Amino acid sequence: MSAQHYENPEITFQPDHSGGTKKIWKIFWVLSALTIVELALGYFLYAKDGQLGNAAVLTTKIVIGILTLAKAYYIVSVFMHLGDEVRNLIMTIVVPLVLFVWFIIAFLADGESWKNLRNTRGKSRTYQTEEVSKGAVESHK
Amino acid sequence: MGSTAIPTGTKWWSGGKSPFNVSYGKVMMWYFLMSDAFTFGAFLISYGTIRFSVNNWADPNKVFNSFPFAGHANLPLAFVSLMTFILIFSSVTMVLAVHEGHQMNKKGVEKYMILTIIGGAAFLGCQAWEWTHLLTGEHVALLNDGTLSVLPTTVKMNPWGEALSHSEMVNALQKTSHEQLVAIANTLHHGAENAHHAAASLTNQELINQIASSEIHATHTGPIAFGGYFFGITGFHGFHVLSGVVINIIMYIKTKLGHFEQRGHYEMIEKAGLYWHFVDLVWVFVFLCFYLV
Repeated sequence: MSAQHYENPEITFQPDHSGGTKKIWKIFWVLSALTIVELALGYFLYAKDGQLGNAAVLTTKIVIGILTLAKAYYIVSVFMHLGDEVRNLIMTIVVPLVLFVWFIIAFLADGESWKNLRNTRGKSRTYQTEEVSKGAVESHK
Repeated sequence: MGSTAIPTGTKWWSGGKSPFNVSYGKVMMWYFLMSDAFTFGAFLISYGTIRFSVNNWADPNKVFNSFPFAGHANLPLAFVSLMTFILIFSSVTMVLAVHEGHQMNKKGVEKYMILTIIGGAAFLGCQAWEWTHLLTGEHVALLNDGTLSVLPTTVKMNPWGEALSHSEMVNALQKTSHEQLVAIANTLHHGAENAHHAAASLTNQELINQIASSEIHATHTGPIAFGGYFFGITGFHGFHVLSGVVINIIMYIKTKLGHFEQRGHYEMIEKAGLYWHFVDLVWVFVFLCFYLV
């Protein structure tokens, strides 16, 4: 079988696709291993539910998040072949996504702030189950 | 190839040369996927914001702890792991189809496209089961009016709040109507028709005694937004999977008919592959946000 060629004069460069499927399977095992580690950490959180401090839970969740980003990197870079493309194309796709860093920080902080506001205003919401001290409610009036 | 004579009728990227040395279609697929990533990102960040803004979000290990044919066994993370591996594996078969396309191996492309389509269909089947399980679930929860009721998980109902203490439950049972008491008693013995009839003929006090002495797990209701976000985001993702499967079927048929062989390249398989991998990519984040943390 002869390798494919694009009859397209606009494209002067073809990534080398002559390699075997070894890399694909390697990435499959990497993704599987990362998923198994994530699941192990998920079970760890489940098994230790209520026994861990907030900092330990948060740290574990952040580690799971970092492993997820690693999976995303392998999928995009190898499976979607973005790693083989021209650098400028990579940059036009990846750079706008950096906005997410700020979106996540800003919006999650907002959510946290709403929670704090609600918790000092008595049981004004039906799903608020955390007891609020009388003093906090009084001082707010 | 730079010196190749330019055939007439070529659709130019204006300027006569691709700025990124890839075809117009592939670049536009990338930009579409980038915009889709922002859509999913906005949904997930909105979900995160609301989740951070309430005290007791539904615990995923309690909500998603069942497995088909496993009855009431407590298996947190098990079913969603299966779904994740199905999608990872179908991603691998897709990239293998793209690889076969680069080698101009028609039979290989066909084989791996079929496997990818099967993987996508299996994932959709899993999701259909999970949705059905939640939408038809029976959980005893305390309503705002102080009575107990049997609730499923829907966009309007979330029975996944904090657990009720025994005394809270007994108090609520006193206020609960006969009809609801029968419904609650019936969740205790699933499928036994005789027991159902028997429950209806019992008095309220007998039902209350039966329920109070059972191992029933009654809860407060949880934040109402849970169902909307869960069904909205997994549904939007599931719709992407569904359209991906349809696109893959079309690509399989076109391969089978030899369209790509005539064309001299399998670039359409690559573009369908980009979409399919994106669906897997989004699932990685849905898996993180809804099930793992």
